[in-house]
Amino acid sequence: MHEMGITRNIVSIVAEHAKSQKVRRVRLEVGKLSAVMPDALQFCFDVVAKGTVLEGAVLEIVEVVGSAKCRKCHADVELHDLVTACKCGSRDLQRLSGEELNIKEMELEAA
Amino acid sequence: MCGTCGCSDGNKATIIDLQTGAHTHIDADGNEITHTHDHDHDHDHDHDHDHDHDHEHGHTHEHSHDHDHAQAHSNAHGTTIALEQAIMQKNDALADRNRAWFSGREILALNLVSSPGSGKTTILERTIRDLIGKTPICVIEGDQQTANDAQRIKDSGAPSVQINTGTGCHLEADMVMVGVKALKPASGSIVMIENVGNLVCPALFDLGEAAKVAILSVTEGEDKPIKYPHMFQAADLMLLNKTDLLPYLDFDVEECLAYARKVNPKIKTIQLSAKTGEGMEDWYAWLDAQRIEASEKAFA
Repeated sequence: MHEMGITRNIVSIVAEHAKSQKVRRVRLEVGKLSAVMPDALQFCFDVVAKGTVLEGAVLEIVEVVGSAKCRKCHADVELHDLVTACKCGSRDLQRLSGEELNIKEMELEAA
Repeated sequence: MCGTCGCSDGNKATIIDLQTGAHTHIDADGNEITHTHDHDHDHDHDHDHDHDHDHEHGHTHEHSHDHDHAQAHSNAHGTTIALEQAIMQKNDALADRNRAWFSGREILALNLVSSPGSGKTTILERTIRDLIGKTPICVIEGDQQTANDAQRIKDSGAPSVQINTGTGCHLEADMVMVGVKALKPASGSIVMIENVGNLVCPALFDLGEAAKVAILSVTEGEDKPIKYPHMFQAADLMLLNKTDLLPYLDFDVEECLAYARKVNPKIKTIQLSAKTGEGMEDWYAWLDAQRIEASEKAFA
């Protein structure tokens, strides 16, 4: 369950930026190939946020699909997992997206 | 709670220096607390000190704030602030520091990852014994509980520290930093970081190593590389251990290697038996080549 540690990072980064203001909403970007489960993040978030300025905040998770460029035939390849090959058979792929783990924005309560 | 002395609760990790017996705790905020227990008394100590660590001894926070002033724009609901922060930034920044520290000293740091029971510690014990006097090696051992593995390493002749992660399922860069501080590895040496036995979470946490080495034993399934693709994709080398048992098993070596290459076309593989010594020379040759690379990189 690495999602617990990852959620702690999220709460600590957001709290640092929010200073002492109350946070209403946090938006994350999570790549589908990042080995992080959005459901597990949601579960951990409520627990970790308790007692912080993030308590009660809504966690929005935007999932990013995996994509790559084939180095052999230069085709665009959609990646559903880590073992997808290009239609030409090559596995020499340059990954373009799918591994994101970012905090995009936060919404603070109006002062 | 620390498995050896039971001296603290609520910590992220405990680091035990097998040479001095000193304990360092990293709390949930990344602060370090070091203290030494003298364990050479033979009475039944039942001090149940549950100190809350309201310490005022200088702990080192080093969060690098590089927030590039978020633009705020108001709306009807509140104020939305763009953050654009990588969630793993703290770990990654500390890992980069570790990497620079290793690189400046021409140290080869390796992150050894596998399931529990694949033979990581046995491979290290044999490696230390075989290379003693030739290659200085020290070891950072990661386990949830006990200092058993660090003791085995010390008995093999190499300095070691044990990191107990408690409920944590992987090592993080700050724990390795504390381990390295205790070990003070010599220039040109190898630092082996034996991660917690787990093929999932350690793939996500950079420790500052030059390479990850995944270890798989022939008593496991051939298809582990595609079952745990993150780890085998992140590894530079796969050691296939316990080959002495192949005559008694249905394990298909070629199939396993094909799966490994399927998730990672660039992965190198070495078949060995830490028990009989078969194949260990190939592993030592790989280590030598990596050490040369580490030393060349230091001046690049």
